[in-house]
Amino acid sequence: MSLFRSPNEEPLWKDEFSVFTSDERYVTRRQFTKFLTLASLGMFVGNLWILLKSRFAKTPAFPSIEVAELNEIPVRGVKLFNYPTPQDHCIMIRTSEEEYVAYSQKCTHLSCAVYYSAKNDRLECPCHQGFFSVEDGSV
Amino acid sequence: MANLEPSKQRRGLVAIDGAMALIVILLIVQIWLLSATLETYLAGHSGAVLPAMIFSGLLFSAVLTLNSFVSRVDKSSRRP
Repeated sequence: MSLFRSPNEEPLWKDEFSVFTSDERYVTRRQFTKFLTLASLGMFVGNLWILLKSRFAKTPAFPSIEVAELNEIPVRGVKLFNYPTPQDHCIMIRTSEEEYVAYSQKCTHLSCAVYYSAKNDRLECPCHQGFFSVEDGSV
Repeated sequence: MANLEPSKQRRGLVAIDGAMALIVILLIVQIWLLSATLETYLAGHSGAVLPAMIFSGLLFSAVLTLNSFVSRVDKSSRRP
């Protein structure tokens, strides 16, 4: 063994140290495919969790509250109230002598506060011109 | 993979690469499906949750099949 190594040769420790980091980091195709399969299983379990949550999650029951007196709101009139929490803004509309409807005031698009347009007889969102039916709240 | 026919080895690698590309595509579809299902559920519509779970299961079984195919081809490519 030569005592002196030329600058172009590999250092001595590389000859004697048998662990190569590049080989340690090398991922075979089979290992990578197994990892992808595991990720796919994770997605499937996520969907399963959503299904179980939708089937078994209990919807909280809120007590009924008095919103307005019987003839307090005129026909095609509106009353705003909060239910079930102070942060949940709602709108009640008297559509006829005998009928009242109430909806959440949050637009389903980006949660802007909708208002009742008596002229068009519909709920309108001022942010992006969304319209909702007063009859059933559909878009 | 020494001492094997180069053509057999090359064919094996092409098949494995193709299967892996397909797995990646299926995984991307699954990721999109999960995000869309979660968004729909949080919006209050739970009607699409069951069909989404079934379709995700089908995608997962396809990925599992492709994974076993890759393992099989890899093993056969290494056999002399």
